[in-house]
Amino acid sequence: MDYEALALTLKLASCTTAVLLVLGTPLAAWLSSTRHRARVFIEAVVALPLVLPPTVLGFYLLFLLGPHTWLGALCERLFGSTLPFSFAGLMVGSCLYSLPFLVGPLRSSFAAVDRRLVEASWSLGVSRTSTFLRVIAPLSWPGIVSGTVLTFAHTVGEFGVVLMVGGNIPGATRTVSISIYDQMQSLDYAAASRTSALLLMFSLAVLMGTYTLQRRTFI
Amino acid sequence: MHALVILVVALVLGLGACSRPAPPYAGAKAGVVSIAAASDLKFAMDDLLAKFRPLHPSADVRIVYGSSGNFFAELSNRAPFDVFFSADASYPDRLIEKGMAVKDSKFAYGRGRIVIWVPAASTIDLADLGMKSLALAEVRRVAIANPAHAPYGRAAEAAMKSLGVYDAAKPKLVLGENVAQAAQFIDSGAADIGVIALSLALAPTMKPKGRYWEIPESAYPPLDQAAVILAWARDADLANSLRSFVLAPEGRAELERYGFVAPR
Repeated sequence: MDYEALALTLKLASCTTAVLLVLGTPLAAWLSSTRHRARVFIEAVVALPLVLPPTVLGFYLLFLLGPHTWLGALCERLFGSTLPFSFAGLMVGSCLYSLPFLVGPLRSSFAAVDRRLVEASWSLGVSRTSTFLRVIAPLSWPGIVSGTVLTFAHTVGEFGVVLMVGGNIPGATRTVSISIYDQMQSLDYAAASRTSALLLMFSLAVLMGTYTLQRRTFI
Repeated sequence: MHALVILVVALVLGLGACSRPAPPYAGAKAGVVSIAAASDLKFAMDDLLAKFRPLHPSADVRIVYGSSGNFFAELSNRAPFDVFFSADASYPDRLIEKGMAVKDSKFAYGRGRIVIWVPAASTIDLADLGMKSLALAEVRRVAIANPAHAPYGRAAEAAMKSLGVYDAAKPKLVLGENVAQAAQFIDSGAADIGVIALSLALAPTMKPKGRYWEIPESAYPPLDQAAVILAWARDADLANSLRSFVLAPEGRAELERYGFVAPR
């Protein structure tokens, strides 16, 4: 078993989930309440990774964030290296790729909160931010939990983008899914089957946990 | 509920239909040859087949490029290819051993060579520095094919070791899934320099984009490449005439243009 790849994958999934919670929560809150004209466009952009093949994302990451573009040069100054072949690059890729898995559940659970409670809070002079933190968020915790879990699990299962922009560096970009692919290619089927079984059990446990949680809250 | 039952039944029936013992090869289909070829052959085989097809105007000649290790794994599971051009000689041997390829059908078609490649705009003086260019401080990423399963990656690693730059280059290595991806990493600018197949450096799309320095053949074990005809080849005659064409002077000339010297 490739424990280094396993540790890296868990680190990537945790970091991605943390970043997305910080960036995605306000986005989901805005999408759930706004009537802005740009809403449809933003919603479509957020959902894009659901339909786009990872190769499209990989292509843009490699060519737009490489050293020859101003965006790539900016990233180089910020992170100390260009994004392809680095952990930071995988983070950017994973955040884009997992965005709908966080924003989707969050947005629908925020929207499901009884509008009267929100308006009551506002009319009592509580600010929008406080209302969100003290009324909306506590009432939507099942959505927040399932969004978080799905984002984490989806990042663990990421493959195409990592294969295209990762460069397979042990400890930096060789994730579990890449490690399984390498084991297959090197005809080490025994190792591939051990790692695959572990991932299969992990994913099943995550999904069962999420569904149990959802059932408990809705009954 | 009924819809769900119908869906499940349909799925089970569908899967059953897929897993029936492969009938396509039972009645050998004439006039078809489907080739699986190592990705270093991309341009050489395209040119070679452009000369082969007119000789068999009614035949359907198809080719797919990929990593040799991947094809081996697929062929071990009876992937529907008729001829396999590997980037080494051991995969064809193992297919014959397993009885999945025709005995005596293995033929060496060329010896691959490796080069250090940089984009045309690079300031690295390859001609002067040679192998040492991989160890330069200004070089941050060195792209090679994955040595775990790509023959060209193994050759690159061996050459770096025998010429004493491996320790300096190792922390900078990025691994392509196959040698063509390694070339693409450098071409896109994501890696500064790398070791790729001479055949790719000579390819029409790559040639104007960069410069190369050939690594001396003594620095790595010979990359003897061989092909094999699969046991389930649909049209054995056509597969054999492809083999003869590759080994004949006309086919050889195409391969030599891309740096595949005759196997010794």
